[in-house]
Amino acid sequence: MINTPQQKRVLQSKLGRVRGLGSTREGVHHWWAQRMSAVALLPLSLWFVYSLITLTGSDYGTFHAWASEFGNSVFLVLLVVTMFHHTQLGLQVVIEDYVHSEIWKMGMLLLVKYGSVLFAASAIFAVLKISIAG
Amino acid sequence: MRDNTRPLSPHLQVYRPQITSILSILHRMTGVTLALAALLLTYWLASAAYGPEAFGRAQVLLESWFGRLVLFGFTFSLFYHMCNGIRHLGWDMLWGFDMPRLRITGAIVVITSLSLTVLSWLMAYGHVGKL
Ligand code: HEM
Repeated sequence: MINTPQQKRVLQSKLGRVRGLGSTREGVHHWWAQRMSAVALLPLSLWFVYSLITLTGSDYGTFHAWASEFGNSVFLVLLVVTMFHHTQLGLQVVIEDYVHSEIWKMGMLLLVKYGSVLFAASAIFAVLKISIAG
Repeated sequence: MRDNTRPLSPHLQVYRPQITSILSILHRMTGVTLALAALLLTYWLASAAYGPEAFGRAQVLLESWFGRLVLFGFTFSLFYHMCNGIRHLGWDMLWGFDMPRLRITGAIVVITSLSLTVLSWLMAYGHVGKL
């Protein structure tokens, strides 16, 4: 059995063993992006909760007027982009921690990554439609 | 990669639950909960883009007792995750990773997030004059 881990350890160079496992820079980039998005989410979330409080019980007209104000539209788009970016990075770590079957892991990562883009695009388009198309 | 026998973290089952580990797993649980909240936010925004009827249906759903229960859970999740997230950022800058500080900041996170949750809901009810 040439392919047992023990054999590999003898026959493969250190470089050969880590190839394909992802570069270290990738990990640092992921970590950094998670922190940067977290920092941005702090003020955005506080603004959002405060807005929701003042929007409690709104009818369509009130909400529409609020969401189409320039500043609110911009912050909503920023919130959605940052939130889904942060979520996608976070869920990736959760999946990598708990899902050990390669095929399931790949499938779930695909679902989370593509799903985040799909939902972020929908939410952004919704905000633009409210604020531009009326 | 293909060696499935290597040990994999996290080994949750070998540790006795402690306050630090409970707060830690709660960060993860609230993170996943907030991912669901993000889906709800998208639905809400989309309903408003769709028109008055769709938005009205969304509001009825969100204002029902079940909707409010879910939103209350989301509110706490956000505040907990946010406060504990700040704690995380402190650790990243090498602050607060000793046992006494872990305990104190952990307690502050729990108390602050509970207070902010209740305060927000009081303000929301106050806003519609139902307080
Ligand atoms: C409000 C400010 C927020 C801060 C300061 C923050 C901070 C953080 C930090 C530091 C982490 C990494 C934890 C780790 O390394 O184990 C994290 C993970 C995560 N966050 Fe956030 N976050 C915030 C908001 C959000 C929001 C709004 C969502 C979802 C809509 C979210 C979803 C997640 C998820 C799914 C994870 C992964 C959980 C894990 O790995 O255990 N976060 N957050």
